[in-house]
Formats: sequence, structure tokens, C-alpha cells
Amino acid sequence: MTQDKKITKTQELIYSLRVKDVMSTDIVTVSPSNTMNELKEILRIRRISGTPVVEGKQLVGIVGIDDLIRCLSNGEMDATVGEKMSKKVETLCADEPLANAVNKFEQYGFGRFPVIERNHGRLIGILTKGDVVKGLLTRLEIAYHTEEFRYNNSINPVFDNIAMDKTNFHFQYRVDSRDFNVAGESINKLKKILSQIGFPPQIIRRVTIAAYEAEMNMIIYSYGGHISVSADQQHIILEACDAGPGIPDIEQAMRQGFSTAPVWVQELGFGAGMGLPNINKCADTMELKSEAGKGTHIKAVFNTTNGDGV
Amino acid sequence: MKKKGGNVTLSEVKEILDATVFVGEEKLDMEVKTAFSADLMSDVLAFAKEHSLLLTGLTNPQVVRTSDMLDIAAIILVRGKTPPEETIRLAKELNIPLLSTRYILFETSGRLHARGIVGCIEKVPLGEMT
Repeated sequence: MTQDKKITKTQELIYSLRVKDVMSTDIVTVSPSNTMNELKEILRIRRISGTPVVEGKQLVGIVGIDDLIRCLSNGEMDATVGEKMSKKVETLCADEPLANAVNKFEQYGFGRFPVIERNHGRLIGILTKGDVVKGLLTRLEIAYHTEEFRYNNSINPVFDNIAMDKTNFHFQYRVDSRDFNVAGESINKLKKILSQIGFPPQIIRRVTIAAYEAEMNMIIYSYGGHISVSADQQHIILEACDAGPGIPDIEQAMRQGFSTAPVWVQELGFGAGMGLPNINKCADTMELKSEAGKGTHIKAVFNTTNGDGV
Repeated sequence: MKKKGGNVTLSEVKEILDATVFVGEEKLDMEVKTAFSADLMSDVLAFAKEHSLLLTGLTNPQVVRTSDMLDIAAIILVRGKTPPEETIRLAKELNIPLLSTRYILFETSGRLHARGIVGCIEKVPLGEMT
């Protein structure tokens, strides 16, 4: 990959990524009724230099270490945050392109911006320069791996020179966030390989459906990740790991018909809240681990010793 | 005329539906017994069975991808949809017949059912309703 190409990819990313894709959702806030003394403790314990001020769920101000220092020197530590905060807050909207955020950091010289949801004005996250850099690096790494995978693929058709049997194979590929164009391509290869190896068609069908559902979820909801399929004596194991943002409520996500898919995904006929339940249905056992802000890890196991299933 | 339990060839399907064949002219002698109708790919993935016809109003390439995953016999686009170029290309590449009929989904399903093609499942299993 040349230097020029990297720059282009970064530029492309800051326009295609939205603020909500990279912001932190683990936010420390204070209420206007907190005292400056309490604020001091919160900042000290959480090791931060400022927080948004929230009343109900509405963002009403922002207060930082400079306000605190002013109160300290004036002996006003019993004053409330509501009296001392800045009421004029510069915010970012969750759906703004990252490029706008980068400009705003430059324009105002602030270290952080509260992120609000455009429709109801509620605070849903916070964006620091660190979040931007971290978000970009994650995407660039994924993009790099994808390119590497495609490059390797184009010279060496997958696994042509590797001995494979039912207990010894490993298939892995990267999945890019929002990249619908190549969705299912790798699974088509996987399907062929599984069938060459000689697994029963019913098993192959269940594995490919589960992999496809996992890939779709990753494309729609995640920052990207990878899917791997391997086998041992009695099982095929499908694993799907993504780089976040994670599922806040797993029980809800596992319920059929529950979906947070955006309209453009639904227009393609997906996002009906069937994905996770369908993976569960296809697999003999399924484990789902997810942590908001971290990522999601799905492990689906298919018994290969009895060929029945869906 | 109603056929009982007999298979119907794709070429008969084409005739019944007065359909245009975009891909798979050479596979028209293929026989089908079952079908699934939906505009929701999520449901197709959850409920459609192999070797069935897929009747749908969606025309994006993911319809072909999904059909490939499920070993769908052929895709019938309803309501007179013309598939985009990429969808035709992918159907050719994956060797899945792609037809289009001007009948609406209800009529398409009804006409095929009357000729002996049945649902690939009748109802979704209990406890899988959304």
C-alpha cells in the first residue's frame, strides 16, 4: 500500500464515518445541583478534566477544571455546578461526519465535545481527540487486512495448496463495516470448500446461513471484524468477532423481530430482527458475548456426527 | 388444470406466469415442487428451504446471494420488476435462474399453487412468530 493510498483512505474515512461510530458512550456527567466540591471529587476519581452537565436527559451545560480552579481561588466550592458551568455548549450531532468534528476541534481548541442526538437533543456520548484517532486506526487496520486478504487471494486461490480434511481446515476473512457490495462472496467460497471436503449438505447449509447472518450483522452494526470457520472431529466451529460497538442488551437482541437496523438496510430486505435468533436456530450451540463499547463475539458450534437439522 | 403432487418445470412456470427469463434459459427443464414468497430477506434466510422457488419483489444483488446460500432453485421477481445489471451478473455467475413476471405476488403465488407447487413450509413453527 502506498503512502498516497493511505491518505486517501483516511480522508475517505473521516467523511464516511459518523461521530456516533467512534464516540465514547461511557459518559461521566454531573447534575446542575451538584456542588463544585462534589465535582472536584468526580474529576479526581474518574481522572478527567471536565464533564457535561445533564438535567433529566437534556444537556444543559459543560463544566471543566478551569471553572473549578476559579471557584477554589474565590472560595466558592459550595456553589452549585449550575451556577458555575458554561451554559453555551458547543456540541456535535451523532450523525455528523467525522470531518465536521475534526474541523470543530481545530476551530475551538477544546479537548472534548458532548454528542447529542439530533432529534431529541439528548446527550448520548462524548467525543475526544483520542476517540477520533482510535476510531480511525481501527478502521484503517481493518481496511488494511481486507486488502491484504484480497491480494493474497488473487494470486493464490484459497487453500489450493493446503491439504484439507474434515478435521483440519481453517477459513477466515475480514468483514468491513457498511460494505454490502462484497457481502456473501467469501461465504460462497466457504460453501464450496465445505462441500469439497465432503460435509453433508444439511450441515453446510446451516453453517453458511449462520455465517451469512453473522456477516450481515457485522456489516450493518459493527465497526468491522472477522469471521472464521474451523473443524474438529465432531464439530464445525463458526466464530464471528467484531471491534465494537457491542450489544447493550443481549436478551433484547436475541428476541425475534427486535431490530435497530436503519432504513437503508431494511430497504435491502434485511434488518428484520431475525439474524441472531436464526444463527441460534441453525447452530447446535451458540454463545454470544458482547460488551457495550468493546465488541461482540459469537461462537456457533455445529455437530457433524449427526447430519440432521433445519 | 390442477396437477396433484406432480413436479412443475421452470419452463411451465415461465408459461404460467408469462414470465421473462433474464438468466437460466438453459435450465428451464429443472423441476420444482415448492416455493417461498417474501420481500424480507431476513425471513427468507430463516424459513426458505433448498430447491424451492423464491418469489420476491426485491431486486438487489443480495437477493441472489441469499438464494445461493439457501440453494434456491430459481428466483421469480414479481410486479414486473426489472433486475439491475449487477443482479443479473451475479445470478449468471452463481448459475441461478432469474425470471420476472408482471403478476403481483398474490397472483403469482396463487397461480403456481393451483398448478401443484406448494409452500416450502406451511406455517412457521410455534414459538418462532415475531
